[in-house]
Amino acid sequence: MGLLSVPQHRLEKMERQLIWGAFVVLLYLLIIGLKALGIIDQYTTNNLVLAGIYVILGVSLNLINGFTGQFSIGHAGFMSIGAYFGAIATVKFGLPFALALLMGGLVAALAGMLIGLPTLRLRGDYLAIATLGFGEIIRVVFLNWEYVGGARGFSVPRLTNFTWVYVIAVLTVVIIRNWVQSAHGRACIAVREDEVAASAMGINTTLYKVIAFSVGAAFAGIAGALYAHYFFLIAPHSFGFLRSVEVLIIVVLGGLGSISGSVIAAILLTGLSMLLANWPYPRLIIYSLTLIGIMIYRPGGLMGMREIALPISFIKKKGEERQLGAS
Amino acid sequence: MNEFLQQVINGLSLGSVYALIALGYTMVYGIVRLINFAHGDIYMIGAFIGFFTTRVLHLSFIPALILSMACASLLGVIIERLAYKPLRHAPRIAILITAIGVSFLIEYSMIWAFSPQPRAYPDLLANYQLQLAGLIITAQQLFILGIAIILMLGLHFLVQKTKSGKAMRAVSYDMDAAALMGINVNSVISFTFAIGSALAGAAGLLVGVYYNRIDPLMGIMPGLKAFVAAVLGGIGIIPGAMVGGIIMGVAESLVSGFLSSTYRDAVAFAILIIILLVKPTGLLGKRSVEKV
Repeated sequence: MGLLSVPQHRLEKMERQLIWGAFVVLLYLLIIGLKALGIIDQYTTNNLVLAGIYVILGVSLNLINGFTGQFSIGHAGFMSIGAYFGAIATVKFGLPFALALLMGGLVAALAGMLIGLPTLRLRGDYLAIATLGFGEIIRVVFLNWEYVGGARGFSVPRLTNFTWVYVIAVLTVVIIRNWVQSAHGRACIAVREDEVAASAMGINTTLYKVIAFSVGAAFAGIAGALYAHYFFLIAPHSFGFLRSVEVLIIVVLGGLGSISGSVIAAILLTGLSMLLANWPYPRLIIYSLTLIGIMIYRPGGLMGMREIALPISFIKKKGEERQLGAS
Repeated sequence: MNEFLQQVINGLSLGSVYALIALGYTMVYGIVRLINFAHGDIYMIGAFIGFFTTRVLHLSFIPALILSMACASLLGVIIERLAYKPLRHAPRIAILITAIGVSFLIEYSMIWAFSPQPRAYPDLLANYQLQLAGLIITAQQLFILGIAIILMLGLHFLVQKTKSGKAMRAVSYDMDAAALMGINVNSVISFTFAIGSALAGAAGLLVGVYYNRIDPLMGIMPGLKAFVAAVLGGIGIIPGAMVGGIIMGVAESLVSGFLSSTYRDAVAFAILIIILLVKPTGLLGKRSVEKV
């Protein structure tokens, strides 16, 4: 009887969480197993790490662009802040890696707040250009900052491994998913749908825009710190406009407002760039045609605003009975 | 002081090029409310057309200029018809994303076709210098300034005095009302893209001559800076784009002359963020309030 005393919908939710948890753990074990067997080589591992980093970037940009409806194209700027400050933490101060990730995320969030407070008064395309400009300014600042190597780049030890990236990517998805479904997240969605109406309903629109911007920036910063500690060398040109556009393509392809869409698109695009590694320019041509094609023929992206659910269930749905009981 | 004046002179010719590009941005924005990200790439295409017409066809400066402008305006119209027209009633973010896509498509198709290596531009204009009270003015700078001014005067005449110009102004004022008055909105939009792109093409050729080198990614930075210039002057306002372009050019020369040329690119965006915060409608813009 103990199990039955829990309401049906709570039970279903717990079941969903359990299935997702099992899926995530199994996928991890599968990849680790394949790695141990030597089926996944170093090259593929690099791409898996990159895919994980793009998942974090895509999901966090989706929070800003997809759920809050603000149009940022400077995500690489926040990523570079996280990368540089995370690297400073380990290389210059000798802090442990976990603290470096935290520091990268915090500094990026702070930057997001500083940038967001003044610029989020702007709308649509003005905001887009302002964030783009911000990304460029950050790049120029790092280019001229000799403490972190300037244009020569900054050597960083490899501390990131697949497990770190996997765990943080999963955490990012869980946190942002929960946040979007909370009252705060719904406030953000209200801002996206109609800013004037949201504000008339008593939502502090500026506050929610800045929060979404800072949270998105924080995760981009963590992704940057992971990136810096995996690829040995970071240089200002690795965080240019091209990188921001890559993240934007992930969000648009997956669907503005779909977290699972961003995850799928991040993995798809990393796979694509792995396949086309020897043809860098056709890859970018395919990217740009994808961007144009999606906007013209399928503006919702792959997933629209939907999320995927795993199609497994142990509990029999009692939809009819519940409806009767409610009426 | 002399150094300052010298940088101002250098900035004027650079600024007139920015103004030419900014005019296209501002005209297109004034009519369809779209930041045409691909505009900087049309400028790049203009430079490449100039390169091939002079290197391969051995044309002189003026025919090359005309050909660059013609090809650029054709490209502008094609882009509008294929990529932007289907999205005319879509959310503005969708068109903006498409514009970024078009920009990348042009850039990387050009890199794929012609390699990313920069090319040396042929000397099309006589390269002698005038010395005036310790200041150096090159003939090229005068030429660029002169051609830019002629094109801007032509544009002013076109927009203010001709019937197509009147139609353009009407569409930018109110697209639906203009359509009701019997104006063919589609052809006005195409015409605007054609004119704006022709100006960008001319700017591309002038910059190729001035800096002597071109490459497929040369359009990104000038494109963005010209956009900043358009915002600075008040987007959608034609004299604003000219003023904004000149200010941007001079500011950039001063920064690279007195501070460091690495900060050159940052100054444009710093100006942008300041102007958006202080006077988002630009120097010559009027305030508008959003009504529900």
